[in-house]
Amino acid sequence: MNLTLKKGVIIFGGKETDLILDNFINGIISSDIDFSNAIIIGIKNGGVPLAGLIKNAVFNRLGIDCKIGYIDMTLYRDDPFAVKKSGYSTDLTFDINDKEILLVDDVINSGRTVRASIDEIFDFGRPRKIKLAVFVDKEGRELPICADFIGKKIKAEKQEIIKVNITSKKKFVEKI
Amino acid sequence: MDKILIKNGVVVDPLTKTEIKRNIYIENGIIKDEPSRKLKDPAGGVKIVPADNLIVFPGLIDMHVHLREPGYEYKETIKSGMEAAIAGGFTSICCMPNTNPVNDSKEITRFLIDKAKTLDLINLFPIGAISKGLKGGSLADIGELKESGAVALSDDGNPVEDSAFMGRALLYADTFNLPVISHSEDIKLRGKGVINEGVMSERLGVIGIPSAAEDIGTARDIMLAGYYGVKIHIAHVSTIGSADIIRRAKKAGIKVTCETCPHYFSLSEASLLDYNTNAKMNPPLRAERDRKAIVEAIKDGTIDVIATDHAPHSRDEKEDTLDAAPFGIIGLQTSLPLILRLFYDKKISLMRIAGLMSLNPANILNLDRRGSLKNGYIADITLVDINKEWQFTESGIKSISKNSPFIGEKFKGKASAVIVGGKLLTEN
Amino acid sequence: MSFQKKDLISIKDLSASDINYFVETAKEFKKIFLKDIKKVPTLRGKTVVNIFYEPSTRTRSSFEIAQKRLSADSLSISISQSSVAKGESLKDTVLNLDAMKPDAFIIRHSESGAAHFISKLTKASVINAGDGINEHPTQCLIDIMTVAEEKKDLSSLKVAIIGDICHSRVARSDIYGFSKLGADIYLYAPHSLLPRLTEHKNKKIVIAKSIEEAVKDADVVIMLRIQKERASYYFIPSIEEYRNFFKLTPELLSLADKKVMVLHPGPVNRDVEISGSIINDNRTHIFKQVENGVAVRMACLYILMGYQKIHG
Repeated sequence: MNLTLKKGVIIFGGKETDLILDNFINGIISSDIDFSNAIIIGIKNGGVPLAGLIKNAVFNRLGIDCKIGYIDMTLYRDDPFAVKKSGYSTDLTFDINDKEILLVDDVINSGRTVRASIDEIFDFGRPRKIKLAVFVDKEGRELPICADFIGKKIKAEKQEIIKVNITSKKKFVEKI
Repeated sequence: MDKILIKNGVVVDPLTKTEIKRNIYIENGIIKDEPSRKLKDPAGGVKIVPADNLIVFPGLIDMHVHLREPGYEYKETIKSGMEAAIAGGFTSICCMPNTNPVNDSKEITRFLIDKAKTLDLINLFPIGAISKGLKGGSLADIGELKESGAVALSDDGNPVEDSAFMGRALLYADTFNLPVISHSEDIKLRGKGVINEGVMSERLGVIGIPSAAEDIGTARDIMLAGYYGVKIHIAHVSTIGSADIIRRAKKAGIKVTCETCPHYFSLSEASLLDYNTNAKMNPPLRAERDRKAIVEAIKDGTIDVIATDHAPHSRDEKEDTLDAAPFGIIGLQTSLPLILRLFYDKKISLMRIAGLMSLNPANILNLDRRGSLKNGYIADITLVDINKEWQFTESGIKSISKNSPFIGEKFKGKASAVIVGGKLLTEN
Repeated sequence: MSFQKKDLISIKDLSASDINYFVETAKEFKKIFLKDIKKVPTLRGKTVVNIFYEPSTRTRSSFEIAQKRLSADSLSISISQSSVAKGESLKDTVLNLDAMKPDAFIIRHSESGAAHFISKLTKASVINAGDGINEHPTQCLIDIMTVAEEKKDLSSLKVAIIGDICHSRVARSDIYGFSKLGADIYLYAPHSLLPRLTEHKNKKIVIAKSIEEAVKDADVVIMLRIQKERASYYFIPSIEEYRNFFKLTPELLSLADKKVMVLHPGPVNRDVEISGSIINDNRTHIFKQVENGVAVRMACLYILMGYQKIHG
């Protein structure tokens, strides 16, 4: 495969990222979610670090040690079917019936990933409600799905890829 | 009788390859270093067995004997067979399973071993059947036979006809490291034959057994053993062809051993003149050229073992036509004197005799600490007066059956006594 | 990582990393069993045909459940009620079924090479569910997965395979599979039931001289079923004798490594090749193997369908 590495264009970085992230998390914590009965579920892989940050913030500010799980929705995709990457898997080892679920991903675009994730969650049980938090809302929805919490809206072409990097010290979001 | 000293015999030991005049000291049934002090003190409880002018062999082993017990006690019993064996110089005999019932089970094997223990004469090592009932249809419970004391397997009397059966039997027996003794013969080619096919069968007008029947069987069994990489022991080799096939197989590295019987190197089909049923056995006495080839094969090491194929049959059974009389002759009392003829003819040495009749069968049958006179070995010993001149007479036969073609023969050399596990036994 | 073959016919066709890929994927599928709804929509619209020319309970139901859990449409053909009973050849049967455009065939056949044969007749994927005495690749993957769930480094293991090795497709696949991963293989059987192992000369495959040698310090002991009819064809004297000399007993098992795993592909002859008490022992993983069977078969279908998506 001949891959030409396109250089990404930084959309925002540094302090701006921290600020957006703080506002994003504040919005979640101050919402009506009952964290004592909630489960945070990160969508693999982009939602994983974000879910971790939210869990830590909930613990630090509310003193609640919220359960955290992960969804890999490959098996539920509507474009059968992608070859599953070994090592990526759903990790939801606790009862989700009647829980409030905060579904977390880094970027939302078509909405198909969220659709598949919700389908998968329902195979584990019947949650009371599901809220969706995404750090970047890249418009271009193909399904009637919208997020409850959004960090930042970004306009981009369909073929452009938004990459969120919040795991290292220098946090940034770029467009490739 | 815990301590024995055999004094001044010529000790022939095939393991250490030594032939020297010396003493042998036995304590509790085991050959040991001679303790220097106690020697001169008979009061120390050491029984002295003088062996001046005697040859001291490791106890002779006959690995191919038909005792007729259980089932045909009118022909031979374990006791009568053992008495013949003692007279012939044997300390161990191995009995073939074609009794009634057949020895294809732990029950019969244990019966034989228990009976021998009760008799307390010489060692009896049972040979179990390869196939249940010797029928060639299904394997005998071979592991069970081994566990109860069988030292080898054989369907002797009949070949294993089905090659697939024979191959699997060799493999299965190999699992238990149990040697298979093959009666190798193409039984359909033998057909209704009763003596060797050749000049004599033509002269007597009886149906002959082609020597090819044995050669084909031998070749097949060796090929199976070679293919599967397992051991095989060919019983009673009697033809030029068989001897030659075995010789070549050994050169090729196939794990084959074999035995012949005294009659195959001593007699030829000429003995059947007068329709002598006491010269009828299977394989049959062959042509003179075969006899010479067998002597050659003994000399050159192709043949590993002399066994008797001692096969007692009653007078009534043998006093019949050649067609009707059963195959087989007795041989325990004539085996050693017949092989000594080869010694006197300068064909083989006493050392070679000790190998053929003691060390080699002990090795083939995995008999622990037998076949040699080394320290630590079990005190099975045969004392032989090789100069004794005597005549084999019917009245001297210890077996219940008297079917020998050697009655009346004069011999030079005879076993004078045997020691079995430290116990001195003489012909009574 | 992806698998570059249309079919799963033989473990010989798989590299060590292929084997790991199948096993890792199966581990993911196993997590589905924990869900309330044990089903994923992944193979919606795919048609899988199971053709079993030999009786089978475990393998067949395992494949069928795997297909249902992946939402595939599956069809099982019982040979006794099919045209085969009217004398139709294997080739014609497969070509007719193939005309209905299935995406995969699962085949079990009493003749070695049957799966290989039909894989050439169809563009659909073919999974060998056991062909004669040749191979049973999915069972091998199950065994490896079951071991891998407990043991970290398969290359350092001593694996004993005991029983009718000569007629065992499971043994053949396991020997290839475990030795590809670097394990030491010890085989023990009555010598009449040993394979003629010319192909394995340079690998770490040992014919044990005794059952004790095979079991001693073993990390895994795979026991194979002995069929009663072997006695009729002279391979063994009798089931009674087999039981006396070739059965895995608790005493023998005490020679093995303390953390030994006992596997058996089933069906088990209790107290013939293995003591009944061992079957109920926590060192025995027979039911774990059956559980993993569904996951492995899901993984196999998933991986082969993935290949079809790209190359089909």
